[in-house]
Amino acid sequence: MRYAETGYNLEIDLTRGNIERVESDPRLTELHLGGLGTNAKILWDRVPPEVEPYSPENLLIFSAGLLGGTPAPGANRTIVSSFSPQTKLMGYSMMGGFFAAELKHAGYDKVIIRGQSPDLVYLWINNDKVEIRDASHLKGLGTLETAEIIRKELNEPNSQVAAIGLAGENRVFYASIEQGRSSASRLGLGGVMGDKRLKAIAVRGTKDVNIARPAEFIQHCNDILKYVKFRDKNPLGMVPPILAGLGSPQEMRIHDEEWHTTNFTWGNARHRRKDFWTEDISKSWKETQENATQRFLSCYNCPLSCGASVDYPGVPKYMMKCYSKLTYTMAAMSDLEFGFKINSNAQAFGVDGFTTPQVIAFALELYEAGILTDKDLAGMPAGTEERFFWLLDRIVRREGIGDILADGTYWAAKKIGNGAEEYAHNNIKKHEQLPLKLGMLNPIYFLMYSTGEKINITQIEGQFPQAPFSTKEDREEFVKDWIQVPDEKFKEYFLNWEMRGERSIPHYPPVDATCEIVDWMEKMHYIDDSVGMCAGLSSFPLKPAYHLHNYPELISAATGIDFDEASLSQAAKRNRTLIRAINNRRGLRREDERPPEDHWKHRFPELETKLLDEYYKFKGWNNQGIPTRETLQELGMDYVGEDLEQRGILIHEQS
Amino acid sequence: MSKVKKKVKTIKIDVDKCNGCRACEVICASFHSAPKYSSNNPARARIRLIRDPLKDIFVPVYAGEYVEAECMGRDKYVIDGKEYGECDFCRAACPSRDVFKEPDSGLPLKCDMCEENGPDEEPLCVQWCLADALIYEEREEEVEEDVKLGDLELGLKSLADKHGLRTLMETVARMTQKG
Repeated sequence: MRYAETGYNLEIDLTRGNIERVESDPRLTELHLGGLGTNAKILWDRVPPEVEPYSPENLLIFSAGLLGGTPAPGANRTIVSSFSPQTKLMGYSMMGGFFAAELKHAGYDKVIIRGQSPDLVYLWINNDKVEIRDASHLKGLGTLETAEIIRKELNEPNSQVAAIGLAGENRVFYASIEQGRSSASRLGLGGVMGDKRLKAIAVRGTKDVNIARPAEFIQHCNDILKYVKFRDKNPLGMVPPILAGLGSPQEMRIHDEEWHTTNFTWGNARHRRKDFWTEDISKSWKETQENATQRFLSCYNCPLSCGASVDYPGVPKYMMKCYSKLTYTMAAMSDLEFGFKINSNAQAFGVDGFTTPQVIAFALELYEAGILTDKDLAGMPAGTEERFFWLLDRIVRREGIGDILADGTYWAAKKIGNGAEEYAHNNIKKHEQLPLKLGMLNPIYFLMYSTGEKINITQIEGQFPQAPFSTKEDREEFVKDWIQVPDEKFKEYFLNWEMRGERSIPHYPPVDATCEIVDWMEKMHYIDDSVGMCAGLSSFPLKPAYHLHNYPELISAATGIDFDEASLSQAAKRNRTLIRAINNRRGLRREDERPPEDHWKHRFPELETKLLDEYYKFKGWNNQGIPTRETLQELGMDYVGEDLEQRGILIHEQS
Repeated sequence: MSKVKKKVKTIKIDVDKCNGCRACEVICASFHSAPKYSSNNPARARIRLIRDPLKDIFVPVYAGEYVEAECMGRDKYVIDGKEYGECDFCRAACPSRDVFKEPDSGLPLKCDMCEENGPDEEPLCVQWCLADALIYEEREEEVEEDVKLGDLELGLKSLADKHGLRTLMETVARMTQKG
């Protein structure tokens, strides 16, 4: 018997309309855990680097994590993996919600989709019965509306539906896949789904997910809940409210947006407004938010309620999580009310909440600069907010200028030319980043931005505070119950980290400590993404519920496979290294690994070179950021090394 | 029949606090698996969350008695402008729907307040509801003594209803001979 996992994947060929249930190799669970790890293994094995993201040969994988469907609180992520139309690299995006557990209960760990359907279809997975169904009546419909109609026509109110909207259907490079209040947004996987002409996947499952050592496992789950309760009653002091608790940042609950509005940039990731947050704004935004939010909502089996249903006057009801209420607001230099209004459209269309507002702000900046003209934007209304609505509509329909903007700022700037590239200034690896512009280079963030395979800072940071605390007393207080550190030395790094002077950024933490800190943060994300744990309980917040010391026993009790800290770390490293190799095979090299030029005002080229040199060494990669043969061998992935050598990506060195 | 004192266990359900996470279903199904916690499957839970976030409907409902027949008429409730479905508050395992029945055998399920866990423990759904939508309360009441059906009897009764008592007895007899 397989524990925690079902041991079966669903293989769907949309070209031929073929459906198969295929048993997976249990050894792969020991090596790669599941979720992101086993997705990467499938993509390495089956999608050669020549395959274009928008082509029938590309795969689109929906995977539950190893712990999905078990009672482990917060293990509800669906890990969607494919190749990104925007970056051309491996794209993986996670969504919370209720899809992953339902898929497990239907009897599958993954749905692997290949080919391309001749007509728009949706997939209906009902335990052992799986059908590809006509979706022509759903063409052009919004994501939530699509889900409602499907549930009704199947007469299955308990089915879970992941769907694309117009943006996905029209293969927008930053189209999302939406599922209730959750979405897999980054890197354009909704576009891949649209390219396959798959409008939605609906799933219903009523089978058991088994636990290997039940008594032990449930004790761990109870401990997690106990800690969540403790943290709810004891928020961390010393940090802004937004960082004080567990969960995805509590954006629907917290009104105090001083930290975001004064630290993050407005418009096309340009302007800091350090004096924006006034008492008047605070009062009016509080009112807007309280009027707009109806109820706080959780994902499957998680007590944290990071999202909310939104009932804003005059717009269709929808659900929201996290930060998108501010991304549109700030890109349009507007008000919170506008954020709540436009998100209803954005979610129905199914677009990424980070990239989309930045693309629109970029277009408006090009217009101001005279690079885009009235001819390009014929019909555009006058006010900024109206322009946002108008451009959003053009983009998801790929009409006029929208067809160019639908590829994101990097590709759009190339097409527009005439100096437009200067305005696509906030990208890493062709992908739009958080709108953040700061003064002094932070070595930890430099490495995370440069090397993160997810190309999104929130998907690598966490664990270690973003900035030093000003007093020694606060730092000492902080490290007292910091049990999550893998080693006591991390406490020392933090205790010694000062705001100013010798032991401050950019030269502190020192290079070797910086490598260790970044590696720790990244490792925790890789474990989460493979077991399907929400980062909000684990790798993202300070002092999380899941950490390196309780994870191995919990995963072992669930699966019956014995992991300790070393072997779990090794599995995370294997997954991380494999994804690096997949991207190396697609051309990723050292020259691609850099933050936006203007991310920090003060840059230190020599230090940055040294940081990358040392981090690559630390990771077991060569000077181009490619894993060495020795590293791959040690991780049991010599087949990867051979392939990279055959392709001339690694040079064979005679010993 | 004589009067006896009985402890009435109540779960107060504050639907306004429910965040829709279904942890109640998870821990219920998991606790009632055999051996305890050896599997999870919310479809076997004795609590169901009726959940429709866009209509703001969140109703945790506990499995009550198994009934043979469905209702003659159905009702809908409108409360605070929200329309609740005809079965949204109903605790019965009945022929008109598939909730509160084991997904494989179709046998009815019934909430037992996690009795197995001992008298001092709150039901697990309450323990796992960190949103405090489920609050446990106890009170004493004088009631007429009653003969209660156990799990096995309940299951047999529903099988008898489904297949006829005669067929059931014949099957049991046949199984006994084989055994």
